[in-house]
Amino acid sequence: MQIAFWILAVLAVVSAAGVIWQKNLFRAALLLVLCFLAVAGIFVTLSADFLAAVQLIINVGAVAILIIMSIMLTREVTSGNPSGKLGLPALAATGVLAFSIIITSVSSYWPLSSSSPLEPTTAALANLLFENDGFIFLIQLGAILLLTTIIGAIVLLRKED
Amino acid sequence: MPGLEHYLILSGLLFCIGLAGAVIKRSAIVILMCIEIMLTGVNIAMVAFSRFITPVELTGQIFTVFIIVVAAAEIAIGLAIILALYRNRNTIDTQKIDLLKW
Amino acid sequence: MNDIAEIVFWMIPGLPLAAFVIVFIGLRVLRVNDWLGALLSIIATTASFALSVWLGIRLLIQPQTRLIEGFSWFSAGTGMNVDVGLLVNPLTVIMLVVVSTISLMVQIYSVGYMRRDGGINRYFSFISLFTFAMLSLVMSNNLLIMFMSWEMVGLCSYLLIGFWFHRPEAAKAAKKAFFITRIGDFGFLAALLILFNATGTFDIEGIHQAAAAGIVSATAITWAALGIFFGAVGKSAQFPLHTWLPDAMEGPTPVSALIHAATMVAAGVFLVARMYPLFEQSESALTVVAVVGGITALLAATIALVMWDIKKVLAYSTISQLGYMMLGIGLGGVWVGIFHLFTHAFFKALLFMGAGSVSHSTHTFDMREMGGLGRKMPITCITFVAGALSLSGLWPLAGFFSKEEILGSALESQLILFGIVLATVFLTAFYMFRVVFLTFGGKYKGKGKPHESPLVMLAPMLIMAVLAISAGWLNADGTIGSLLGEESNHSWTTGIFGVFTHSLTWVSLLLAAAGIMLAWAMYSKNWFSPKKVSSRFTSVNSLLLHKYWFDELYENIIGSRLLNNGLFRFFEIADERIIDGAVNGLASLTNYTGSMARRVQNGKLQNYLLIFITGVAIIALVAIIIN
Repeated sequence: MQIAFWILAVLAVVSAAGVIWQKNLFRAALLLVLCFLAVAGIFVTLSADFLAAVQLIINVGAVAILIIMSIMLTREVTSGNPSGKLGLPALAATGVLAFSIIITSVSSYWPLSSSSPLEPTTAALANLLFENDGFIFLIQLGAILLLTTIIGAIVLLRKED
Repeated sequence: MPGLEHYLILSGLLFCIGLAGAVIKRSAIVILMCIEIMLTGVNIAMVAFSRFITPVELTGQIFTVFIIVVAAAEIAIGLAIILALYRNRNTIDTQKIDLLKW
Repeated sequence: MNDIAEIVFWMIPGLPLAAFVIVFIGLRVLRVNDWLGALLSIIATTASFALSVWLGIRLLIQPQTRLIEGFSWFSAGTGMNVDVGLLVNPLTVIMLVVVSTISLMVQIYSVGYMRRDGGINRYFSFISLFTFAMLSLVMSNNLLIMFMSWEMVGLCSYLLIGFWFHRPEAAKAAKKAFFITRIGDFGFLAALLILFNATGTFDIEGIHQAAAAGIVSATAITWAALGIFFGAVGKSAQFPLHTWLPDAMEGPTPVSALIHAATMVAAGVFLVARMYPLFEQSESALTVVAVVGGITALLAATIALVMWDIKKVLAYSTISQLGYMMLGIGLGGVWVGIFHLFTHAFFKALLFMGAGSVSHSTHTFDMREMGGLGRKMPITCITFVAGALSLSGLWPLAGFFSKEEILGSALESQLILFGIVLATVFLTAFYMFRVVFLTFGGKYKGKGKPHESPLVMLAPMLIMAVLAISAGWLNADGTIGSLLGEESNHSWTTGIFGVFTHSLTWVSLLLAAAGIMLAWAMYSKNWFSPKKVSSRFTSVNSLLLHKYWFDELYENIIGSRLLNNGLFRFFEIADERIIDGAVNGLASLTNYTGSMARRVQNGKLQNYLLIFITGVAIIALVAIIIN
């Protein structure tokens, strides 16, 4: 478990950094997929098996494909993965932010629970999501959101007559 | 067994890497990718809290489900905007898209 | 007068106002026949005239003062109530008769004089407005309303001087008259405020009572009196604000006769007379009135000696005579000044009508292009000579009696002023008969064929001539004097013939006769040429021709140097540099900081994001350090 966590954590961080580092845009997208995969593994170590599956299907499957497709559509590969002029200040600011996050998470008191997690989670999540007193309303809102997104994307990309 | 702090630090690192990328990179698509990394980092924190603080209630995981849904919607719209932009201005370099001023 | 209905009093100023409204708004908008306006205006004035004369007759039977409360116009705060009311006392009635008579005569005369002019409706509507304003000025029981009427007559004067506004000189003269009288009005306004501050009322009677009761401090009274007198100085063209009146001759001649000879310019004298109880309380103010009057009388008379424009001579003569009236009020009291105002109104209006009649046929005012008109315009000539004799103060014409009173009161109180008055008597006779001989004597030197004026012009002149001869007899038994508070009862014959028992009468008559003889010798017989005389005294001549350089003083030195290039320039610079500078400086500072700050907002979203992150990082760091 511990070994798996460390391997996955390092993999996630390195591939995320690679997305920024990598000069080739297409490879950067592939590194993003790798990062998503690693995070799916992290979910498994947190005994969130359903979420790991969702992560695989949606992020690795759908989102990554979308991004790669749009990279191809915009012919961005030819111009590489350039950086702007804000490198140093951005690194400094985010460094300070990361530092403060680390300090906070280490030094804070967390009311940890000692009970063992549910496993598998799928049935419990389904109950929570679809029960009448659960999150069914939000699920429906999510459906509306996705519908809106589809229509919005179509409207945005429709050719002007 | 790694503790909550480890997951939080991992989450924070991913978030900050994504943030730095969103500021630094010039390509709008890469910026979207970086935003995805940030959201993923947040997801890890959510699931970790769920696992270590409320292992039975699963509310953190519910949050994550919704974050993934919204992220998917966001990436779809974001890419649509980028494509529309590319079609109109033939570039997606954020340094050249600076009409939003004065 | 107590049995007369109030409406009668209101009708006297009200009818000309109604005529003005109808003519100015109605007829001008509807564009009906021009002469309908003249007819309406004349009818209204005739009614006012008839009512005034009726009031005058009632007054002669039984002298009384009638106060009509009127209505409240507005009240502000506690204690400031402004009522519109009428104060009809003998002084008012005398002025009413004068104003309405002259106004009526001038309007009839204008029908002939303005016959060939456009804008008849405009002309008559302004005359009606003027008549209304003058009548309400005279009748008002309230200084505030009086001030408004005062300004309104000034406005009418402006409008009528500039009646031929397409002529630049007329427009300029109208402006000049307006501005210079406005300087005097400032004094009037200041006095108004002083008096209101001291007594809490604008009511004339109330102010008089307060002044008599000693509520008002002596200083306030003096300053108020001087302020009022300053207003009168502007309106009555007294030294040093006299320069506008000669220029005002650019207006139509009937207007000069009405406004700038008989009525409006006399309003200053009337104002001083109306507020005389105030002046009585202040010895120094009365002295100032008398001295300014004396200076004006002599100054204007000397300028009149050399003018070639017939109307200018008459204008300076008017200024001089107004100075007489001021002197009379200052030294002898209300009735002396007002009596002279009364007689002067008739003969000076007559003289102006005569001048208008002359120019009507010769198309010029320059006396060098006249001459020999006596035979061609006999009636004009006779009436004009009658007016000139009256003005010169020859027995038994109107001017003689009023001038005698001024001379008498000057002799009693102030020898220097008496000398000035005597000198002015001589000068007056001389310049008037210079006009007479240049215009009516000798041979005609102008172009065209002069002819006698139409009857519609001659008739008012004849009536005025009768009045100019006889108006003085009204006081032969002391009637006007006793109306205005100077009790002296004697019979008509003593009044008219008794004057010869005084040596003063002989002196003034001799001086007037000498003036006339000198004019005859110089301008009729040419025993010694005016040119030689003027070349002998070149400096004096040029001084007089340039009217003592007053216009130059005002325009070049005070107006241009002192005000335009001095004070106003200073204000301009102060305004530009300090006030505008402060405002503009603030604006440009804001502008500058804005142009600096906007560089942050360069439209690149990532910059905004970076700034946002930096802020969050700083806050997080600070929070950690604090904890």
